[in-house]
Amino acid sequence: MPIGLLKFGLRKRYPAVHQFTPQTELKKHYDVVIIGAGGHGCAIAYYLSKYHGVNNIAVLDKGYLGGGNTARNTAVIRSNYLTEEGVSFYRESVKLYQDLSNEFNYNIMMENRGQLTLAHNDSTIRSFRWRAEVNQHLGVRSELLDRKTISELVPNLNLSEDSRFPILAGLWHADGATARHDTVAWGYAKGACELGVEIHQLTEVHDIIVENGAVSAVVTNRGRVECGVAVQAVAGASSLIGAMAGIKLPIHSYPLQAMVTQPYKPILTPHVSSPQVHVYIHQTSRGEFVIGGGSDPYPLYNTRATLDQKEALCSAVLDLFPFLAQANVMRQWAGTTDMTPDYSPIMGESPVKNYYLDAGWGTWGFKATPISGKTMAELVATGNTPDLIKPFELERFYRFEQINEAGATAASH
Amino acid sequence: MKILNCPLNGPRNITEFTYGGEFHRMPDPKAATSKEWSEYVFFHDNSAGVVTEWWCHTATSYWFLAERNTITDEVIRTFPPGDVFARGEQGPGTDA
Repeated sequence: MPIGLLKFGLRKRYPAVHQFTPQTELKKHYDVVIIGAGGHGCAIAYYLSKYHGVNNIAVLDKGYLGGGNTARNTAVIRSNYLTEEGVSFYRESVKLYQDLSNEFNYNIMMENRGQLTLAHNDSTIRSFRWRAEVNQHLGVRSELLDRKTISELVPNLNLSEDSRFPILAGLWHADGATARHDTVAWGYAKGACELGVEIHQLTEVHDIIVENGAVSAVVTNRGRVECGVAVQAVAGASSLIGAMAGIKLPIHSYPLQAMVTQPYKPILTPHVSSPQVHVYIHQTSRGEFVIGGGSDPYPLYNTRATLDQKEALCSAVLDLFPFLAQANVMRQWAGTTDMTPDYSPIMGESPVKNYYLDAGWGTWGFKATPISGKTMAELVATGNTPDLIKPFELERFYRFEQINEAGATAASH
Repeated sequence: MKILNCPLNGPRNITEFTYGGEFHRMPDPKAATSKEWSEYVFFHDNSAGVVTEWWCHTATSYWFLAERNTITDEVIRTFPPGDVFARGEQGPGTDA
């Protein structure tokens, strides 16, 4: 067997397949330059090249493919938001996710295990009823659960009335899911590369040139690149890149710390979150428990760890699942969350002509990857903002028309 | 635990404090255009480097200013708002 495998590997008849184009020289001009080769940037490039016939595209990244917040999020996919605009947008994303493995011919390890959000007080139950009604009206599966049904769904959950914040009810979202986050960026990148898109890693944007109110070029560490259109998709650095184009954004960047335990046998099926104790948890198909919470209490461009935040996460998760007291934490990390005032993203046109924003992705960026890629590609190709993302344009803050999703986050309020 | 030096209460655990946003001069509410007002309310520099920002010692409701490096998380100095607002000047939150 090992010799057979070796012969297979060395035969010229089965050459290694390169999924991504090898690094080439930067061209002088591209029709579209996308800043940020994460899930979102690659998705925009993919939909542009596959569905709009635009393939003179460069995707630039200062690091490596999918190495920013695409690699750092906790891979939750759900659409149980509160506003009509939010629910409709994320619903389309969840639908696209269902078929993404087929679309890529590449396994993104999609798992439909549902999501359970817990209520520990009356006002949360009221907001759950509201969300369930809005969700059902818009074709999203959400329903209120009583304690008995919760105990059947998650037998290991601590439903004791003696705990610090006893669990009163739950919001069950059968459409909730998870997927391997890296493969989403890889799948989009692979598909885009097959259609001629160039992905340039280790290519840092230093400046954005605006002439007569329109973007004309970006200056990188590898030289200047002229462009017809530029898109920024740099979660965690939205304000810094925006500032290069002279655009101020309604964003504060906070770290969000998460951690993962050693692998254990399968014991927890759905994703469970609690906005009261600020924690969410799910068990991956490898058996590890992924634990995350709210963002840090103040902004910072640094992914350092703090003991306070880890203590808070551990204490919260032990309230819900006391059996984890003996679990060993294997890794911890942080991502940078670009928080907007209304907990909704910023997509669409900017004050600079031909410069488009895909920003403000806070803690909700991964789940929106397919639909934001698809709609942003349509905007770039046609110049018209699709109805689905029209409410999320930057201009909404000047009209005082925020889309308040603060109450529908998984762990922070 | 990270320690923040409160101008009123001295060095205290950072969990006793609440972050209050970037320090910007409030435009005159009567004269400001809608655009200027929305920018004051919603928009931030969010820059990487030394910034001046509001903090509040939660237990005593005391608001003060801090200069902090948003890359290294070093607090350079903290000082009372009286250092930047002249006596009798309209401070934030006061209605003329």
